[in-house]
Amino acid sequence: MEAISSFLQQNLDMIYVVILMIFLGFEIINRVPSVLHTPLMSGANAIHGVVIIGAIIIMGKAESDNYLALILGFIAVVLGTLNVVGGFVVTDRMLEMFKKKKQKS
Amino acid sequence: MSISILAICYIIASVTYILGLKMLSHPATARKGNLIAAGGMTLAIAATIFLYTNDGKPLGNFGWIFTAMTIGLVLGWLIAKKVKMTAMPELVSFFNGMGGACAALIAIVEFDYMYRANLNTPDIAFSSVAHFGHYLAIIAGSIIGSTSFSGSMIAWGKLNGSIKDVSFKGQHFLNLIVLVLVFGFAVYTWFSPAGHANIPFFITVFLALVYGVAFVQPIGGADMPVVISLLNSFTGVAAACDGFLYNNKAMLTGGILVGAAGSLLTILMCRAMNRSLKNVLIGSFGGTKASAKAGPATQKAIKEISLSDAAMVLAYAKKVMIVPGYGLAVAQAQHSVHDLEKLLVERGVDVKYAIHPVAGRMPGHMNVLLAEADVDYDKLLEMETANDEFKTTDVVLVLGANDVVNPAAKNDPGSPIYGMPVLNVEEANMVIVNKRSMKPGYAGIENELFYSRKTSMLFGDAKKVLQELISQIKEI
Repeated sequence: MEAISSFLQQNLDMIYVVILMIFLGFEIINRVPSVLHTPLMSGANAIHGVVIIGAIIIMGKAESDNYLALILGFIAVVLGTLNVVGGFVVTDRMLEMFKKKKQKS
Repeated sequence: MSISILAICYIIASVTYILGLKMLSHPATARKGNLIAAGGMTLAIAATIFLYTNDGKPLGNFGWIFTAMTIGLVLGWLIAKKVKMTAMPELVSFFNGMGGACAALIAIVEFDYMYRANLNTPDIAFSSVAHFGHYLAIIAGSIIGSTSFSGSMIAWGKLNGSIKDVSFKGQHFLNLIVLVLVFGFAVYTWFSPAGHANIPFFITVFLALVYGVAFVQPIGGADMPVVISLLNSFTGVAAACDGFLYNNKAMLTGGILVGAAGSLLTILMCRAMNRSLKNVLIGSFGGTKASAKAGPATQKAIKEISLSDAAMVLAYAKKVMIVPGYGLAVAQAQHSVHDLEKLLVERGVDVKYAIHPVAGRMPGHMNVLLAEADVDYDKLLEMETANDEFKTTDVVLVLGANDVVNPAAKNDPGSPIYGMPVLNVEEANMVIVNKRSMKPGYAGIENELFYSRKTSMLFGDAKKVLQELISQIKEI
């Protein structure tokens, strides 16, 4: 119990951020047309690629003899980059097609 | 000073995610939104590499970081550019899995630091030496990340056809046991001696991987979009956990935003199919639930139509509606259908497409597919508009669609898809259905439309059939 209350105390600003972001996330995408479900999902997929920042930190702070951190960190950076780059490029490819249509009509 | 620049970069990045997501939910601004979010992401990554300091020291190992990023960049770019439009859904799942794995790996390495920091007191319980908040973030990040990774890989395999639907009795009960074990070991790790905390931790991670597989495995291929969207929000939460660990607001905001938006999107997708999330997750829609009523036996005869007859009917119709479905995507027939449409329009036929919002394997799948073949945006009718027009339509050409034109959704309360909005193709004068065989669609139920007197079946691969129709019509 004490652990939990001190946990809340220490991370109060983080908890505020989390709660506000949850509401914001819900508000933002309310009323999205179903045609955009897939691109939106893909775009959101790219955004959670922000996890790559953590992977970079892991790699960047690893001592040169900490092989576990180096190897796993390396893989994590590769995977994270895949997520970010792949996510945004795929989303753009999907949306490119919608856009072309619009201009024509 | 550099710290505050970093913080400003992170704030800008967070704002771009919010703006990006907001713009992505409107057709006119969607593409710009994606680019803005990508720009914010680049800024956040660059700022982290050059400005982040760990206990006052800047980051090192740049060689490794840049090598890894180059590999990821080249691979990601190539995969994303090369893959066919029809394979997009599984690609999203694949990239989502990569993000999940990344989040899990970060948590695992951080656990290793925590574990080794407390090795000098091997007999004292982990709980009394380790930081609770950090442990919570680590264990949550590794469990959610691992589950998201293995689940996404299964979803990916299911969508590209390499993993078949397997379900057995008691599967959901077994899944529940695995889930309880995951939590059990997570708690056990916390209370075990600091010298041995690594073993239960790795068991937890392993079980989380197993859970991801077990969770997705019984869900049918047609419901994968919903599952991918759900796993997408899981990965968001896993990223947020790692962000919590580093007190990194960019990761926290990005992750939570995706977590929340992803959950809502999952619910919206379910709603578009008129099903509840619970029904999708534990419904195991895989052919076992036949329609309650088998349908009147007298109607069980189907009528086939020859290619030349079909060509004739289409060429002399006044108004033709094309209903594309997953079969069209599988056959890669989007260009052929566009050719047929152009040919018919040249002959003075009014050709439109009726797009069901969940036709194909992803909401919007058909729009993307037809857009690839340069089909005019004006010709794509949304479901409500299309339903008003069927009454005045001469011929409806159904290409590889099934459940979205099944009248059982309107008039058979016992049907698993009862209540789902469908295209009322039976209101047209004539319906030509192109399918590869009489196999039921993904919902695994019979479609009485095929036995209707108005309906003629045209069996074969959509692309081949369309090409032959085109050459037949040219000869008329």
